[in-house]
Amino acid sequence: MSRLQVVSGKGGTGKTTVAAALALALATEGKRTLLVEVEGRQGIAQLFETEALPYEERKIAVSAEGGEVFALAIDAERALLDYLQMFYKLGSAGRALKKIGAIDFATTIAPGVRDVLLTGKACEAVRRRDKEGRYVYDHVVMDAPPTGRVTRFLNVNDEVAGLARIGPIHHQAQSVMRVLKSADTAVHLVTLLEEMPVQETADGVAELRAAGLPVGKVIVNMVRPHVLDEDAVREVSEGGRAAVAEALGSAGVPEPAELVGPLLEQAAEHAERVGLERSQRGLLTGLGLDSHELPMLGDGVELAGLYQLASELRKQGAGE
Amino acid sequence: MTLDTVDRLEIDPLIDDPGTRIVVCCGAGGVGKTTTAAALGVRAAERGRKVVVLTIDPARRLAQSMGIDSLDNTPRRVTGIVRDGGAAGGGELHAMMLDMKRTFDEIVEAHADPERARAILENPFYQSLSAGFAGTQEYMAMEKLGQLRARDEWDLIIVDTPPSRSALDFLDAPGRLGSFLDGGFIKVLMAPAKVGGRAGMKFLNVGMSMMTGTLGKLLGGQFLRDVQTFVAAMDTMFGGFRTRADATYRLLQAPGTAFVVVAAPERDALREAAYFVERLAAEDMPLAGLVLNRVHGSGAARLSAERALAAAENLDEGRIVDQRAGKTQGRDAAAVSPEPPAVEHSPETPHEAPSAPPRRDAATVPDASPAEAGRHGSPEAVPPNDIPRLTAGLLRLHAERMQVLAREKRTRDRFTALHPEVAVAEVPALAGDVHDLAGLRAIGERLAAGNAGA
Repeated sequence: MSRLQVVSGKGGTGKTTVAAALALALATEGKRTLLVEVEGRQGIAQLFETEALPYEERKIAVSAEGGEVFALAIDAERALLDYLQMFYKLGSAGRALKKIGAIDFATTIAPGVRDVLLTGKACEAVRRRDKEGRYVYDHVVMDAPPTGRVTRFLNVNDEVAGLARIGPIHHQAQSVMRVLKSADTAVHLVTLLEEMPVQETADGVAELRAAGLPVGKVIVNMVRPHVLDEDAVREVSEGGRAAVAEALGSAGVPEPAELVGPLLEQAAEHAERVGLERSQRGLLTGLGLDSHELPMLGDGVELAGLYQLASELRKQGAGE
Repeated sequence: MTLDTVDRLEIDPLIDDPGTRIVVCCGAGGVGKTTTAAALGVRAAERGRKVVVLTIDPARRLAQSMGIDSLDNTPRRVTGIVRDGGAAGGGELHAMMLDMKRTFDEIVEAHADPERARAILENPFYQSLSAGFAGTQEYMAMEKLGQLRARDEWDLIIVDTPPSRSALDFLDAPGRLGSFLDGGFIKVLMAPAKVGGRAGMKFLNVGMSMMTGTLGKLLGGQFLRDVQTFVAAMDTMFGGFRTRADATYRLLQAPGTAFVVVAAPERDALREAAYFVERLAAEDMPLAGLVLNRVHGSGAARLSAERALAAAENLDEGRIVDQRAGKTQGRDAAAVSPEPPAVEHSPETPHEAPSAPPRRDAATVPDASPAEAGRHGSPEAVPPNDIPRLTAGLLRLHAERMQVLAREKRTRDRFTALHPEVAVAEVPALAGDVHDLAGLRAIGERLAAGNAGA
């Protein structure tokens, strides 16, 4: 299975949550995963209810099976300085570069350098080995930019390799691309069963494929149970109002007659959603990708919920 | 502090006020920012304003709902705008999508002589920069806003903000450009072109060429030369860039501008909203209020989730009793099946025989004739044994809804406690997506009503 698992998705679909749950799910007994964040939002720290992550890999959780999850919030500026230090021993020259604005330029204005550094750091973690030659991390899970930008983000090294045709940046860009386009990588897209996220998922899959990037799975998040379908709602709405009121009364609900209308209204909304979800699920099936489905958690995602989602992912074979 | 004590964000007075010239919609991704911008545009136009909506990266369907099909950098008139009953009339809606490369090219063409412009447009570094790497979209969105405002053809501009890594990038972009231009880096990059000055500068030049030497090694000589050529060609335009960036920034602070922070009643979205509110205050940017999308309400709110679930369980138990009564055997099976019944229709479930009516009196469903009515066939004929099951379903749905309501209220209250000064407009959740102008109009109405319960 792919060692670099990139998780993207439309804004609001819960991709950070899914990435964190996936990192937990992959950390089976004796394994170690690294969860990386590239957008400087400290979403991981908030999910795991810890203080803001520094630019350093630190253990953030132990999975239910006893595997370890490490986390890293990659900071482009720090990654660049590290990089310069590593290749050029640029201690004070690095500071001078920073002073004249070169680091700012490189990390915020120069095309793609920022993204090269972020993807480069993640790929470095994927390839890193310990003294015995074993991989330091069994899996690296990346909480990537949203679907609309992920292809450009991952593919930036291709562009940079073209711009900087020689030199270390060129080589770095090429070696990152080798990892990203190999079977070592899988790009998963998180979606909801709603029109816009599903459309964006379909567009994202097409873009990733066109760029030659390996598409992984579709992860449908926040799936709610179907309590009643359209037929059932129509049945009661059209013929059974009085009977429903009666049933409510007998079950101990006060003033049942006044509740029938609002309850049926809610049921009609629910049924409309069930219908919409069915058609959206059909569209997703048409993409021909493996998928996972994660339930909506009643109380929002707290730490316990994260473990619940991880176990759900494992049950659905996400770790295989 | 609860929402009842919070000021309501009054949308109509805001968009009707001729003094309001710019409305900026900002917030986290996926909260309905673009939809809100479009709905505000439709409503303002139908109430008599001449409006242009600048969208950044709209979902295709939303663009189509305003009749814009392809990426186009020019405002197009939206047809189908209807004058609102009491409004003055004369309103118009125009909409456009930002094409950042085109916008950048136009700036170059407008501010450089043709030869220099060509040199810039053909420069490989410029081509990747303008095609939209980090930050370009933000610069260009603000640049476009400045241009639209300068044209003075519309009396209201509604701007959607880019789906950035951080919702605040567009505020930072002009400043970042400024600090880059003020910094020494540009001079370093330009140094080789200016070598051979006064003797006193010699030491400095040595330092600089060492620096460019390092950069050359790092980036590859060709790339650095591309950058240098680009910077040299752009040199005369930089002043203009900064002037315009500063002007746009001041425009955002001006009294005619109103920021609308958009969020959904979810923890992350509201956290980002709170951050945005604080940042706008720090930058002296005028905040109109918070639009809270997709808020759930219930007409049956007085029935709590707990009571609804308890009642649903009563109904389930009643059905088990009925099944016992209806079957001579299977008593044990019923007793060991405490889990709720199948939630959707399962055709295998046998109909109860009419001779064993459910405890709840079948006579209250006058036209029920279960013996001949197909399960899905005639909607008037609800098999009486379905009623408890369906009613339990209604109650479970209600319990779920009430849990959502409670969660949304907690999240909202947390925001309100932090920022009691921020006025809020709530927009009730819709079951489906917006497909057309009528859908945008409906959202506009909900925005103006501003209260999910209403």
